Amino acid sequence: MLRLMTPTQPEVSAVPTPPPASNPLFPFVLQLADTSLILAHRLSEWCGHGPVLEQDLALANIALDLLGEARSYYQYAAELEGQGRTEDDLAYLRSAVEYRNPLLVEQPNGDFAHTIVRQFLFDVFHYELLIELKAGPDTQLAAIAEKSLKEAAYHRKWSAEWMIRLGDGTPESRQRIEKALRTLWRYAAELTSPTPLELDLHTLGLVPDYAELQARAAAYITHVFAEATLPVPTEAFRQPGGKLGRHSEHLGYLLAELQYMQRTYPGLTW
Amino acid sequence: MNNSEWPLWEVFIRSKQGLDHKHVGSLHAADAAMAVQNARDVYTRRLEGVSIWVVESKHIHASNPDEAAEFFDPAADKVYRHPTFYDVPDSIKHM
Amino acid sequence: METPTLAPTPEEQFQARIDADVRIEPKDWMPDAYRKTLIRQISQHAHSELVGMLPEGNWITRAPSLRRKSILLAKVQDEAGHGLYLYSAAETLGTTRDQMLADLHSGKAKYSSIFNYPTLSWADMGCVGWLVDGAAILNQVPLCRTSYGPYARAMVRVCKEESFHQRQGFEVMQTLCEGSAVQKEMAQESLNRWWWPTLMMFGPADDASPNTEQSMKWRIKRFTNDELRQKFVDMMVPQAEFLGLTVPDEKLKWNEARQAYDFGEVNWDEFWSVVKGNGMCNHERLQARVQAHEEGAWVREAALAHAEKRQAREAVAVAA
Repeated sequence: MLRLMTPTQPEVSAVPTPPPASNPLFPFVLQLADTSLILAHRLSEWCGHGPVLEQDLALANIALDLLGEARSYYQYAAELEGQGRTEDDLAYLRSAVEYRNPLLVEQPNGDFAHTIVRQFLFDVFHYELLIELKAGPDTQLAAIAEKSLKEAAYHRKWSAEWMIRLGDGTPESRQRIEKALRTLWRYAAELTSPTPLELDLHTLGLVPDYAELQARAAAYITHVFAEATLPVPTEAFRQPGGKLGRHSEHLGYLLAELQYMQRTYPGLTW
Repeated sequence: MNNSEWPLWEVFIRSKQGLDHKHVGSLHAADAAMAVQNARDVYTRRLEGVSIWVVESKHIHASNPDEAAEFFDPAADKVYRHPTFYDVPDSIKHM
Repeated sequence: METPTLAPTPEEQFQARIDADVRIEPKDWMPDAYRKTLIRQISQHAHSELVGMLPEGNWITRAPSLRRKSILLAKVQDEAGHGLYLYSAAETLGTTRDQMLADLHSGKAKYSSIFNYPTLSWADMGCVGWLVDGAAILNQVPLCRTSYGPYARAMVRVCKEESFHQRQGFEVMQTLCEGSAVQKEMAQESLNRWWWPTLMMFGPADDASPNTEQSMKWRIKRFTNDELRQKFVDMMVPQAEFLGLTVPDEKLKWNEARQAYDFGEVNWDEFWSVVKGNGMCNHERLQARVQAHEEGAWVREAALAHAEKRQAREAVAVAA
């Protein structure tokens, strides 16, 4: 219980509060937090290595937005859980199998085309999801979504324009974007494939209808691909798993780096 | 050296409603839409603006410093253009 | 006999404007040497911002809390912005960013040697912010009044943004020093490694700095290297004391008569060796920049190609 001695820890009341009838929203908010954090982490790996200075700044801006969003979700998740864990406990002290981000966001950066395809597929879904969460019944989640939606709208515009530039750019850029699509398309479906948890929450009105999100996302993707002169992939194979804690090997390495300090020096304040 | 350098753009930002756009610097972008977005990402990270103009640098025409004297000095002796040139009696108000 | 009064030469007129603190603007006449010196100085500064992203960028993915991660990412991103402002200022002198980058990549242009030292612990994020940015600020603040307008304006923007960098570095150090024994040790170990290289950032001693006099006359440098170094030591020693850290210099001692600290001699052999490319990270840092630039070439080409296609299509649409 070393952690409790650090000054940032809230006081623990003498009477242990009974474990709350585990709030069903908690794992979902945690999933949103993990998703934004992992993608922010990947984008932050670009810092200092972007293809041009202006885009280095753009990538970092998106990473900062997502990091801020992740922190809001983690703080809310910690509150929902009510066990005294902090945002950092949730981010730094959970193992890969406990992480609930979809597989897409943990995929490595690859070249700029890979990063753009991953970002675009995520942004399209993220934007539609936030619209629904903003209108949802949970006021705190709606407030986070409202703030994040403005950011996500910009991200979607940025990545869509890059899809178009690279798709309809040079033969090389087109070949690279097609290759990235072949690699990453299989992970897109997981975003809008509800898990049992999401289905339960949907019946409670807390999570939107993913079929509808999927339709809207597909329409937007079709529109952007047309402008990018790219055929929409017909690959039917889907690779789910992340939202259930079954991850690719990449996540372990990512977390080893992300959690290095907290794991090496447990219980300290930084 | 390759020739893939993007054109240079000048960036003008309105810091708040009611004020003029002011030149803040420049950046590189492949097209106008990207220039506006780059300007947003580069020059408004600390709430510096509510509106952005960009113009490709090559489209700016400037006066020549060698002609500064003939351009600007002739305005120097037109003191009567300024309100302080006129003496208004103390008893006259609202002028 | 009256000596005929000669009309002032362009150089004399130029110097008179500088002496009168009139800013020089891009289209104004300026001596070639002034232009060249400025391009060298500004681009070197821009390169330092760019390369300077790497040692700290190292730790973004390993930052120990989400708060620290946000701060560090925003800070390193700022350096990209500062590089960009400075490249833009240099471009007003008639060079291009591509040219400046080519000079960096070929090794012709230099950048601050401090970034050739490795960042080995989290405390280094503290020392880089507190010491390295502290030293940079001392250099930069006077440049807000430098004689070349675009450079001065870029520096105003840089200094405004930079002010949080040093504070966040100090905060990292303070948190470590108020933390566990392991953390305090981490802070001291880091200070031991960074103190002397930071003192080297101000450049060679005045008697070994031949360009200083001309640069001061042109007001593109406003204090000598040794003046700034002394200022830095005087500023930092009390801060280190506040943190409870020991500055690794046995000769460091308050001099009552001078009202300043006496301090030991910088190891100039090490300085020149790192400048010449033999620091721990010279090769890696340059390699990282070259790689980013080369791997980005197809992206920049694609964006240009697309812009041209779009422009052609729009022209057709207008004609129709």
